[in-house]
Amino acid sequence: MLDIAGRTAAARQRSPLRRPGRRALIRAGVVVVLFLFVLLALPQLLSLYYIDAMTQVVVYSVVTLGLGVLVGRVGLVSLGQVAVLAIGAWVAARLLFATTQPYPLVLLEAGVITMVLGTLIGLPALRLRGLYLALITLMLAGAITVVLTTTNFPNGGHGLLGYNGATVHIPAIRRPAIAESDPAYYRYAVVVAALMFLLVLAHIRTRPGRAWAAIRQSEPAALAAGINTWLYKLWAFALVSFITGVAGGVLAGAVHYLYSINFPTQDSITLLAVVLMGGAYSLWGAVIAALLLQLLPALLNNWGVSADWLTILFGIGVLQVLLTAPRGLADQVPKDLARLGRLLRRRIRRPAPPEGDPA
Amino acid sequence: MIEVDRLTVRFGGVTSLDGMSVTFGAGTCGLIGPNGAGKTTFFNVLSGFVRPVTGTVRAFGEDLLSMVHYRRARWGVRRTFQTEQAIEELSVFDNVAMVHEHARLNGASRRRDVLGAISFVGLGADPSATVGTLAAGERRLLEVARAVVGRPKLVLLDEPAAGLPDEETRHLAEVIRAIPGHTGALAILVDHDMSLVSACCETTAVLDFGKLIAAGPTAGVLRDEQVIRAYLGTAEVS
Repeated sequence: MLDIAGRTAAARQRSPLRRPGRRALIRAGVVVVLFLFVLLALPQLLSLYYIDAMTQVVVYSVVTLGLGVLVGRVGLVSLGQVAVLAIGAWVAARLLFATTQPYPLVLLEAGVITMVLGTLIGLPALRLRGLYLALITLMLAGAITVVLTTTNFPNGGHGLLGYNGATVHIPAIRRPAIAESDPAYYRYAVVVAALMFLLVLAHIRTRPGRAWAAIRQSEPAALAAGINTWLYKLWAFALVSFITGVAGGVLAGAVHYLYSINFPTQDSITLLAVVLMGGAYSLWGAVIAALLLQLLPALLNNWGVSADWLTILFGIGVLQVLLTAPRGLADQVPKDLARLGRLLRRRIRRPAPPEGDPA
Repeated sequence: MIEVDRLTVRFGGVTSLDGMSVTFGAGTCGLIGPNGAGKTTFFNVLSGFVRPVTGTVRAFGEDLLSMVHYRRARWGVRRTFQTEQAIEELSVFDNVAMVHEHARLNGASRRRDVLGAISFVGLGADPSATVGTLAAGERRLLEVARAVVGRPKLVLLDEPAAGLPDEETRHLAEVIRAIPGHTGALAILVDHDMSLVSACCETTAVLDFGKLIAAGPTAGVLRDEQVIRAYLGTAEVS
């Protein structure tokens, strides 16, 4: 045991475990500067058109963050996140019309109610993984879309649904008093999104994050480590549904008017594509994904190019990510995603890759 | 002490364990047998991944099989896997801390316990290093560290030395031998490496086609004619 004793002494000398190093401080500094720039300077530099687009980016960065957590951290592929966003928007709109509650409270309630419903959507995840879970969540999202198309979004009417088809002058969904203007609402959205990112970060860096990492790699190993895999999978769906619901609430105020046509089921597939392209394994990936999803179409529209081209671009992007993943992100991209990528490519109607494709 | 009584496991038409009855006393016990004899199935029963058709397992007086699988780690069942399962994305420290935090142990002593387990197995790697950067042997040791942290009662080691070079196997043998003394746990070692089993285990049980064919002091068991026939054909035990 001499060998062991020797190494023990060596291990003891290395004490700066978990103490933030200089690199971590620099990184934190960069994040703070970037955040302040995005919060304060950016709206001064942009036209109203791009401020609106950036508000969408901010809202969707929370949605892509949520999907990134499910796919990248826990290894659960959900194709129902746009439906979850729609639930959040619906609940928030209903509360904003029905009550005079302060905005933060409405966002919180929208988050909590969406959390309950979203966790129900996550129930199949206790039994299913990979392609089958993706399909089930896609079907559930489709069902929710159907329900929303029939019930419509609240437009100031009465009753539980708050929709009045006979209304001629539809009132706008209100915004918080401190953020009536578009630049101010953009800043409001940035602050809310930052809080959601911090909430997720607090999860990833602690006990649930470690449990999710274990579950993603191997459920037997997680169980053998004493992790209640059911609890932590549902916890992941609860957290993700909560932040997506809050994002839905912010979206309601951003657009003023909500229509079910804004939440098509297939958008959940595009969402997964951009999350894969942005990188499901880092929080930055969520921001990149949201920029791809919302800023690119705004840019193309401004340049007079149809945003439909993006479908092709995203298809190529996903293909490229999946093909280069074995080399570049070898230890991070699970096989599930490759299988799902094949489904995606079929959905986007790109020609199937030749047999023996490494993806 | 683990008392296994008439344990039978079937997968469809295949009987993986066939009325296995055996008692593991204390210290480090070996469990050997040819491929497909049911050794890993037995571990999976103890971990709660496989439900036996019949039979009971009493571990230190408690009915182990009535416990939900994820609670067994909290109670004290720990294991390593044939294909090593160190969690790649986490640091060395977090890999071990993960077991500690789910075992409902005192959080105040976590850092000390975790670093203690890492140094007990002689893992020289930086505790804050990501597992993805570790060599195969280090990952094996990390898995053993996960199995001994906190207060394990039963440590199951499923071919921990598979694929390791001789020198690392010798080091692992020292660690395995030290587990009962260090933690007070009963350790069960499954391995095909007879020199490792002889070096670590005072007693050894032998499975063949799901049936227990021998049990007792290791040296005697390894000389048993029936064992040699079943396990090694007619070759000599080295």
